[in-house]
Amino acid sequence: MSAIASVPVTLFGLLLVTFLIGRVMPIDPVIAIVGDHAPPDVIARVRTELGLDRPLYVQFGIYLSNLAHGDLGTSVMTTRPVTADIARFFPATLELATAAIIIAILVGVPLGVFAAARQGSRFDHVVRVISLAGQSVPVFVLGLICLLVFYVKLGIAPGTGQNDVGFEGMVPRVTGMLVIDAALANDWDSFWDALAHLAQPALVLAYFSMGYITRMTRAFMIEALSGEYIITARAKGLSPARILWKHAFGNMAVRLVTVLALAYASLLEGAVITETVFSWPGIGLYLTVSLLNADMNAVLGATLVIGMVYVVLNLLSDMAYRLLDPRVQ
Amino acid sequence: MIALSRDWLLSEAPASRAHAAWVRRYRGWLQFRSNHLAMVGLVTIVLMIVVSLAAPLIAPQDPSAQDLANRLAPPSWEHLLGTDELGRDLFARVIYGGRITLGMVVAIVLLVAPIGLAVGSIAGYLGGLADRALMRVTDVFLAFPRLVLALAFVAALKPGITSAIIAIALTAWPPYARLARADTLTVRHTDYIAAVRLTGASPGRIILRHIIPLCLTSVIVRVTLDMSGIILTAAGLGFLGMGAQPPLPEWGTMIAASRAFILEQWWVPTIPGVAIFVASLAFNLLGDGMRDVLDPRQR
Repeated sequence: MSAIASVPVTLFGLLLVTFLIGRVMPIDPVIAIVGDHAPPDVIARVRTELGLDRPLYVQFGIYLSNLAHGDLGTSVMTTRPVTADIARFFPATLELATAAIIIAILVGVPLGVFAAARQGSRFDHVVRVISLAGQSVPVFVLGLICLLVFYVKLGIAPGTGQNDVGFEGMVPRVTGMLVIDAALANDWDSFWDALAHLAQPALVLAYFSMGYITRMTRAFMIEALSGEYIITARAKGLSPARILWKHAFGNMAVRLVTVLALAYASLLEGAVITETVFSWPGIGLYLTVSLLNADMNAVLGATLVIGMVYVVLNLLSDMAYRLLDPRVQ
Repeated sequence: MIALSRDWLLSEAPASRAHAAWVRRYRGWLQFRSNHLAMVGLVTIVLMIVVSLAAPLIAPQDPSAQDLANRLAPPSWEHLLGTDELGRDLFARVIYGGRITLGMVVAIVLLVAPIGLAVGSIAGYLGGLADRALMRVTDVFLAFPRLVLALAFVAALKPGITSAIIAIALTAWPPYARLARADTLTVRHTDYIAAVRLTGASPGRIILRHIIPLCLTSVIVRVTLDMSGIILTAAGLGFLGMGAQPPLPEWGTMIAASRAFILEQWWVPTIPGVAIFVASLAFNLLGDGMRDVLDPRQR
């Protein structure tokens, strides 16, 4: 079965899993709405209204049809529709994850390439330790330490959040990504403030996926460099830089695209914790705050959306791979 | 005697099957030993296990003994790593925290590896409809970021260590199934499997005795590399208040409880953070070295 054909099945499974999680939860949604002391007939009526007295598969049908109408229920915490909340918080996560992946690629790919070119050298070992450390450090610890060092002790970085209080609401919301919105509004003070606030969480998040990108780049490059066409290129007298970048890197770049897409998807996961540490108003913070308030509609909605983005990114990486590499049919 | 056994272990002409296996293992060990980083990882892990097991002997005091008059004390001879927000000895808590973390990791691996192996090898060996159905289920679970799905599960169950173990296990098995399936597919049509089948062995026997042992190598490497991810996820759940609950000295939970003190008493949240980092890095170093030895394709 091709990757595209399997997407509907995966999405259906995703919906089923989130639905079932919502149904096994220990909090009775009816009691949560009417309270502990409601008379039995009220409880029964609300239960019927919510469709909770119907068989599970009917409830799943209701869930699907609501979802088709863009209805993920109402958040108890914000008293707004969950879809509206997600539309509001998601762009900030996108901004953070995109900034992080750009940094991770700009640093990680060259490190991996040079480590492979000098396999076994001291530089290679240092890169290995740096990238393994990146994969080993808990994001929340790194985030807290960064805040301590750069914000509190050195005072060279701004604190948590997406901007300073003074800049709050100064820029009209277009994309929801503050850095871009500020640039669109030609408000450069807001722009620099937003960029400064973005830098720290983005760097912390970038380190997390940089390790993975570096290690995969190195592995692919070592494989590419052992090809016979590299020996030919050397024998032709091409410069080492040209062999490294044009011949070896050019040949593994397609495989790297898949890795980068997966790394981008995994940033969504890192974002959940990073946003909590830096009070970044994204979907990860929304998810954790909802969790602590037992706001199940919001939790499941956010989980579902993150899962969907994950599936779509995987699909895109698969399609890009097929498109770019003629050998894959 | 040592020289003799070394010769025996490096023999070019092993006398028996067991002998050949030992030669192979010894060569692998020699190769592994020459990787200093991997050895650092191995030694760290062994140390961690010993310290965790011997925690009651090593810890200077009860990890939950409070001393409110002496809270947030800096490291001293009395309290090697200082005390936390309730005056509990941080050194004792970090050591006992190792028990929780390692215990969770072991429990998760014991749950995950058999499930993954079973699903993967059955799907790979039977093929057809069973394969498609099992792999679809696997894909669905792979489609969620691990921490997010674990969070949703824990929220539905009830925050705590048991829920965290179940939730992480539920999200961690799919890669093993994929791996076991891939390995199974490569051996499924080999002659020796055909030979076993000709002798009348049942599919169950073939999978259990002849296929799963071959999948074990890649699964073990994967488990070791996965350990760090499991440690980080468990700590992350704890940090978000969804894993082990206070007053248990779980490292992530400890950081969450003391993060407010990072400005003045920075060591209180930092010390458990370093513990998580060291544990996770050790497993990554070990796994990396093991992959070099056991899985030459990835070198």
